[in-house]
Amino acid sequence: MPDVLVIRGGEVVDPNGRHRADVVVEGDTVVAVGPAEPPAGARVLDAGGCIVSPGLVDLHAHLRQPGREEAETVESGSRGAALGGFTAVCAMPNTTPAIDSASVVRDVIELGRTALCEVRPAGAITMDRAGDRLAPMAEMAALGVTWFTDDGDGVQDNGLMRRALEYARPLGVTLAQHCEDAALAGGGAMHEGEWSARLGLSGQPREAEEVMVMRDLALCRMVGGRVHFQHLSTAGSVELVRRARAEGLPVSCEVTAHHLTLTDATCAGYDPVFKVNPPLRTDDDVAAVRCGLADGTIDAIATDHAPHAPESKELPFDEAPPGMLGLETALAVLLTELDLPIERLLEAMSWRPARLGGFDRHGGAVEPGAPANLCVIDPAATWVVDGAAMASRSRNTPYQGRRLTGRVRHTVFEGEPVVVDAEACR
Amino acid sequence: MKHLLAVDDLGSDGVTELMTLTDRFVEVGERSIPKVPALRGRTVATVFFESSTRTRLSFEAAAKRLSADTMSFSAAGSSLSKGESVRDTVETLGAMGVDLMVVRHGSAGVPWQVAQWVDASVVNGGDGWHEHPTQGLLDAYTLLQARFERAGDHPSLAGERIGLVGDIKHSRVARSDVAAFTALGAEVTLVAPPTLLPPSTTAWPVEVAHDLDEVLPKLDVVALLRIQQERMREALLPSMREYTLRYGLTAERLRRLDEHVIVMHPGPVNRGVELDAEVMDHPGTVITRQVTNGVAVRMAVLFLLLGSGITDA
Amino acid sequence: MAPPYGGVFVERIQVMDADQVSRALTRIAHEVLERNKGTDGLVVVGLQTGGVPLARRLVELLAEHAPDEPEVPVGVLDVALHRDDIGLRPVLPEAVTDLPDDIDGAIVVLVDDVLFTGRTIRAALDALTSFGRPRAVQLAVMVDRGHRELPIRPDYVGKNLPTRRDEVVDVSLTAVRLGEMRK
Repeated sequence: MPDVLVIRGGEVVDPNGRHRADVVVEGDTVVAVGPAEPPAGARVLDAGGCIVSPGLVDLHAHLRQPGREEAETVESGSRGAALGGFTAVCAMPNTTPAIDSASVVRDVIELGRTALCEVRPAGAITMDRAGDRLAPMAEMAALGVTWFTDDGDGVQDNGLMRRALEYARPLGVTLAQHCEDAALAGGGAMHEGEWSARLGLSGQPREAEEVMVMRDLALCRMVGGRVHFQHLSTAGSVELVRRARAEGLPVSCEVTAHHLTLTDATCAGYDPVFKVNPPLRTDDDVAAVRCGLADGTIDAIATDHAPHAPESKELPFDEAPPGMLGLETALAVLLTELDLPIERLLEAMSWRPARLGGFDRHGGAVEPGAPANLCVIDPAATWVVDGAAMASRSRNTPYQGRRLTGRVRHTVFEGEPVVVDAEACR
Repeated sequence: MKHLLAVDDLGSDGVTELMTLTDRFVEVGERSIPKVPALRGRTVATVFFESSTRTRLSFEAAAKRLSADTMSFSAAGSSLSKGESVRDTVETLGAMGVDLMVVRHGSAGVPWQVAQWVDASVVNGGDGWHEHPTQGLLDAYTLLQARFERAGDHPSLAGERIGLVGDIKHSRVARSDVAAFTALGAEVTLVAPPTLLPPSTTAWPVEVAHDLDEVLPKLDVVALLRIQQERMREALLPSMREYTLRYGLTAERLRRLDEHVIVMHPGPVNRGVELDAEVMDHPGTVITRQVTNGVAVRMAVLFLLLGSGITDA
Repeated sequence: MAPPYGGVFVERIQVMDADQVSRALTRIAHEVLERNKGTDGLVVVGLQTGGVPLARRLVELLAEHAPDEPEVPVGVLDVALHRDDIGLRPVLPEAVTDLPDDIDGAIVVLVDDVLFTGRTIRAALDALTSFGRPRAVQLAVMVDRGHRELPIRPDYVGKNLPTRRDEVVDVSLTAVRLGEMRK
């Protein structure tokens, strides 16, 4: 007799709409949605005043394993994901070794077996992400990899990117791009503009990102194939995608929670916690990405969760590695700061990314027969962000000390409650 | 005031007060025993992750003339031993009872980070491209001295038209100079090719020009900045010769300068590049005075932070 | 930076009027001449800020009463940087130090308005060593108000005035007044 779990008293919000309902789960499947009397022996999760949604899906997280376990592991990363309401995460391939072969893919899949959420590795586009030769995408795709990226870097060579798109097209996979032209970016430590001039730091102009967006759009037009733009940060990039979509190109894109809420002014104190690629931009860019999210140009919100051990984030600003934590705070920060209807927010954090990434067991309607990958969100709960208290092995959160309104109360992964009352169960 | 990380920390009033205070220390420097007991019992450490003999010696002289004890840390070359971070170094010094650290580092922002990690006062001795506040202040003092012999009770550079010439983008001296000169009311014009200007100067209280010859007749002060070889490699300048042609204070340009025009340079000078040797003989050249004043200005800064007994009321 | 004592001087009683101050200074001038057998080697140094006008007046009187003697150089000395109680009396930027070039071998007559704990004079002696090595240092004050904390004694005194510790003595060329500081 499989375990019965009842999520009681909440309001279900899913791709079909919203309605008050209890959700009954047996094993790893939703069996009933509607008023329910919990059978004897059933576990009950209280969802009074809460929203019950398909679990969130993150298309972009760095779990650091294999190679940088001091910063994060698949397990600790998945715990943070679950606490943030995610039931599926796409793990970026800039590990050591890079995820550029079937064997490393298998390793990460194996590590994911005991995780608190689904962990699907993304594969590199080029061998060792070096940008020289194509990686064996077919071999990796055969193991279930649907998402390929050299993230951490963009593919610089135009000819190589063309070949990659051509090769990938019949595999039905998506090539995701970290848009950063290395020559224009020039190793800049923050956004190039008024603030970088004032702070005496090298900067990356918007064009370093936009030039690669333009190139990939041109190649997509030329070759076809599915292209996804990762962590877009500039007004220009959003506009480029908007026009490409109007044209009918099969492109998608994501934005991070931090690019929706923080600007380059935060670098004023030289705290490397605010150093990230692409860099935090200006108020105008933040306004433009918010606009892009509201009007549907931007498909998904991803976290680009990038843990770094504390010692490395204490280096001088220009030497410190870029990246910030995101899994545990993304939803809450956006609930607190964005003026967006929750359906649109959840669409961008759950159902759209699930479809884009091919996560079939996630982001679907909450109805009988659906896989039980759910999160319960309390939109009124307040809490204070504390990096030291997070599940992550690292603590580089840019929201340290902020009081947020909105919190994941429970997360159910394949029918198992992995987070109950905002605490991980294992 | 606990730290001096940027000239703006002093505010406009603070800059004028510091100029007046520097007069006192110039006088001390002229005594046969140029020493006062004001900082006796305090320890000042120079913590230099980027080498610079002149600035370090200047701070040490300033500290010693105030009767403070000095300690000096300098990282050999640019590599600290693996595992010994900036934080480790300054925390160790703090634990040894250092009252004030002068921090110089090749990366902008390090003095701000250090100020978070230690209880000691922190003076920015130069952070990457960003600021070198004591240099900006000593340049301002040198100008006051050249015009009025001393800062006096109401120091002001109002009406002075100052041209800052050279690699502004990578110059911490330029940023500090702009802050100090404008705090005293001067009009500042940046003169540089577009590749050597910061990406945005709209928020700065300055004018910008690309043609030195056009601006030169309208200047009361020409402040030259050092140009480094690396800039050629970074494709910011085609050649040193071209730089000198367009932005160097050549003998020919020198001849066009009125006698009242002051010429400055933070040093060390690349003779033949930023300026020709004859410039050193121009009556308005104050380059050596800049060095002398450096000690007095740094004494004033150390005294203000550690010895004046004036707390933030 | 705040004024030295913070607050406003409120007079309780005038102890000397202009005439009395003038006569005291004249007497001191005569005593200086007698003790030092003229003005040879003398340097008069007024302590900032109260001793400065007195020092200048003293030098005028020395010239008046010994017209055949060499002119006496006068200087001003601020001891703020030498005080051992730094922080109790902030540095006044306008109080400069300007001494005649050479005090080696000179007889320095320090002039101050009020002698109290003696710490200012100790600081002045310390400061003088930065400038050279006088043959001797003598001290002239308009008012000795007692309460010494160091073994310092004046050579020339205008008036001995017993005071309470909390009282304040205000000296100028036109009057000596006793009172208190009120915020």
